[in-house]
Amino acid sequence: MKDRPRVHDFDWTLLAIVAAISGFGVAEIYSSTHASGMAGMQYRQLMWIAAGIAGMFLISRIDYHTLLDQAPVLYAVGIATLLIVLAIGQSRFGAKRWIALGGGPSLQVSELMKLIIIVVLARFFSEVRTDRLTLRDLVKVSLLTLIPVGLILKQPDLGTAMVLIPVAVVGAFLAGIQWKHAAVGAVLIAILVPVGWHMRNHLKPYQQQRIETFLHPEEDQRGAGYQILQSQIAVGAGGFWGKGFGKGSQNQLGFVPVRYSDFILAALAEEQGFIGVCVVMLLYLGLILRLVDNAQKAKDKAGMFVVMGVTAILGFHVLVNASMVIGYMPVTGIPLPLMSYGGSATAFVFLALGLVMNVRMRRFVN
Amino acid sequence: MAPWRVSDTKIPQGRLALVSYLSVALIVTLLVGFWKLQVVQSGHFADLAERNRIRYIPIIAPRGAMLDREGRVLVDSYPSFSILLLRDEPKLLEKSLSQIEEGLGITKEDLQQQLEAAKLEPKFQPIVIKPAASQGDIAFVESHRADLPVLELMMVQRRRYPHNDMLASAIGYVGEVSVQDMEKSDGHYRPGDIVGKAGLEHEYNETLEGTDGMRRVVVNSVGKAMRTLEDVEALPGKPIQLTIDYDLQAIAETDFANKEGALIAMDARTGEVLAMVSRPTFDPNDFAVRIPASEWARLNTDPQTPLLNRAIQAQLAPGSVFKVVMATAMLESKAIPANYTVYCPGYATFYGRIFHCDHSHGEVDLHKGIVASCDVYFYNVGKLLGIDRISAYATGLGLGQRTGIDLPGEEPGLVPSEEWSERVNHHKWYPGSTISVAIGQGAVTATPVQLARMIAAIANGGTLIQPHFLKNATDLKSGSFPLSEDTVEQVTDGMWGVVNEPDGTTSGQVKLQNIDFSGKTGTAQVESFDLQHKLGKKLKENGWFVGFAPRRNPEIIVAALVQSGGWGSTSAAPIVRDVVKAYYDKKNMHMQQATAENGTPPVAPRPLVATVGAQHQ
Repeated sequence: MKDRPRVHDFDWTLLAIVAAISGFGVAEIYSSTHASGMAGMQYRQLMWIAAGIAGMFLISRIDYHTLLDQAPVLYAVGIATLLIVLAIGQSRFGAKRWIALGGGPSLQVSELMKLIIIVVLARFFSEVRTDRLTLRDLVKVSLLTLIPVGLILKQPDLGTAMVLIPVAVVGAFLAGIQWKHAAVGAVLIAILVPVGWHMRNHLKPYQQQRIETFLHPEEDQRGAGYQILQSQIAVGAGGFWGKGFGKGSQNQLGFVPVRYSDFILAALAEEQGFIGVCVVMLLYLGLILRLVDNAQKAKDKAGMFVVMGVTAILGFHVLVNASMVIGYMPVTGIPLPLMSYGGSATAFVFLALGLVMNVRMRRFVN
Repeated sequence: MAPWRVSDTKIPQGRLALVSYLSVALIVTLLVGFWKLQVVQSGHFADLAERNRIRYIPIIAPRGAMLDREGRVLVDSYPSFSILLLRDEPKLLEKSLSQIEEGLGITKEDLQQQLEAAKLEPKFQPIVIKPAASQGDIAFVESHRADLPVLELMMVQRRRYPHNDMLASAIGYVGEVSVQDMEKSDGHYRPGDIVGKAGLEHEYNETLEGTDGMRRVVVNSVGKAMRTLEDVEALPGKPIQLTIDYDLQAIAETDFANKEGALIAMDARTGEVLAMVSRPTFDPNDFAVRIPASEWARLNTDPQTPLLNRAIQAQLAPGSVFKVVMATAMLESKAIPANYTVYCPGYATFYGRIFHCDHSHGEVDLHKGIVASCDVYFYNVGKLLGIDRISAYATGLGLGQRTGIDLPGEEPGLVPSEEWSERVNHHKWYPGSTISVAIGQGAVTATPVQLARMIAAIANGGTLIQPHFLKNATDLKSGSFPLSEDTVEQVTDGMWGVVNEPDGTTSGQVKLQNIDFSGKTGTAQVESFDLQHKLGKKLKENGWFVGFAPRRNPEIIVAALVQSGGWGSTSAAPIVRDVVKAYYDKKNMHMQQATAENGTPPVAPRPLVATVGAQHQ
């Protein structure tokens, strides 16, 4: 090879945005937990961020073409792992999502599946020789995506299962889905959602309840509706300027549910106000636009699909999480990337960004 | 090279740009959503947050009462007030501590310690700082509502033992759930919950304890409840009816005043415990509210172990009471002829050692051996039987194993054997030790409840009843060790002689008119020189008496142990007599009542109103 990928080609702007968002996250985790029995969580989050950055550099060293070569193997491994979790995984909070790692930390395997689906679909879409997707291609994409979605739904983890779908949707859009297919797809969804609604009795009771409380929040004063209401109160009470760091009563008294994780944006909104929310949301917008920019500059379609897969998942996370916090969507358990406390989720984001760096570093390599 | 790798550089720039625009649009939409909440409706939500002070006030479920066999209250619960400390405003809390110290007499350090212990709980959940508020405390909280909003009163149900230390060892006591039990309970218990810690309170905790309810209230900034969001009613615990007879219990307790030891009275046919005493004892009322650490330490370190239930936990040498096991073994095994006699000169020599008898009994046969409790006779019986035969019969009659009484912590006692000697002492059994065991000394130990069950089994032909406290108990397991009629006759005749024949060990002092009262005395040496040293005095022998009536298929069996009481005939036997007499007096009274009322069945006496100190009615 003439030109080796160089560290110089790392996307330092993207890293700066990531660092800023992570900083807001760690600060808010500290604010939410320092006065409680969970004090000290921010250090663990910092540790995971550090580990994530290391993982990001590691994954950027392996040429993404090599990863795409292994796509079928990765897919098989991912599906097998999901099956194993269903068989022997540990239950936490009523769902089997975890595999114990040698008695120590446990890994949420569906996070791994997110990375795999990015690679697998990037490979699939780049194999499409034309810039028009045939119906056959669409059916294949749907199958590839819906198998892991179904397995994760069975865990049951509605949130993570949903997260895989945007990778396929955005990918199909970029690969040149035909308008008539897109229209048919939209109609299908329009039919399937109400049908699914009638099938809701097949959902786990907690999922039913979440949908129920989303539709009628006032009727449930204790469960998910109560959580959304408390989240909305926190956001609204923050006002334009916020109550100040460590001073949000909703946050400090524990009214905001899992205020250090899924609802961290509510905690931030209460303490830093609309100003703080604007800064953070604009950082996320900057992150997404920067990712799209990387996709535009990718050397080949394969790289572009990898970057856009990452973009789709991260964007979806931000959209769904923020909508939940202000009561636009039901509680799904989707964390806010880079801010919510959590080892597996943080690791996923950095590894995904590693894939993006990977593509960027090789844009001039022939 | 795989076909897909052929560098395809046609990037769909137009569609990517579309994705960018969509992203901007979505983020702006979200920001509009935040704007609506944080700017447009900010006042509304700030108001909601201000009013959002939800408090969880637990509603404590009362524990179930304990009643005696006739429905008289032995234990119940009464409402009282606890003082709660609200923790949702740390600054206000900090300022209030010294005022609380002054008004309620709880030190700042103590308060801070309690706050520290509760820091894992959500802050809107208050903690209990004073479990049993006095009238003065309640007045203090009420009058300082305005300047001390961090204090709140909560109605709780507290345990009450109206008869104080009566039956205390069997009843046990309640206390705050331990950290270990809380973890084991998987969320069932929360800090400060009251559970049964010992005795029947512990054994039947699940029945007795109710399910606490909870009231969720929204309070305003001065802590006044504005509205109730939800009320989950408390489910009271279920009462349990015991087999205890208050009247017999009262007599046994009176007889044991200032004595040390234990008593168990049972229905010899069913195993229903009619009375149980263990002395010294404690007052469970002391535990009903948080017990002061000093009092707890005193109860635990007292060399007289007041927390021990001696009726089921004192493992002591049974002394001559064990001779009925020897007699049974001798007759049942037929290893020795039934008409075996020994001449007792007041002592005997075995293996080069002299073993004493209390006096010379002359020519002794089995009947006289039991009646006069001749040691020399049973030394010889023991030597001829050998330790393993003795061990087999003692075990068959229920010694060396728990009776299965429904109380926690029952001890099994010990029946030595050759196998036991090798396993525990790592040497062969010394034949000389058999001689001591033959008169219930040496390694053999038993609890009062075991001796009661054992003698009942001999008198009824070999049915080992299951002692129990719960009236209408189901799943009782009685054991069986069939004895021949001849054996039963001879041994029970001997025990009848102990009470009623002129040369019986009780010298006719405990005879009861018109009652076929029988029994066996025991006077066991106390071997624990350690304990004697600790108490700084020489201990007298432990006196035993196990009595029953009538002679065959008895209705009532009573075992009494008077520690350091000296002769069983003078210390323990009169107590047993009193209880047996009370049993028959009551029975006769009921029968007379029944006849007087034209043959209608006996009516249960009017339930006794539970008042403190009512035991000496």
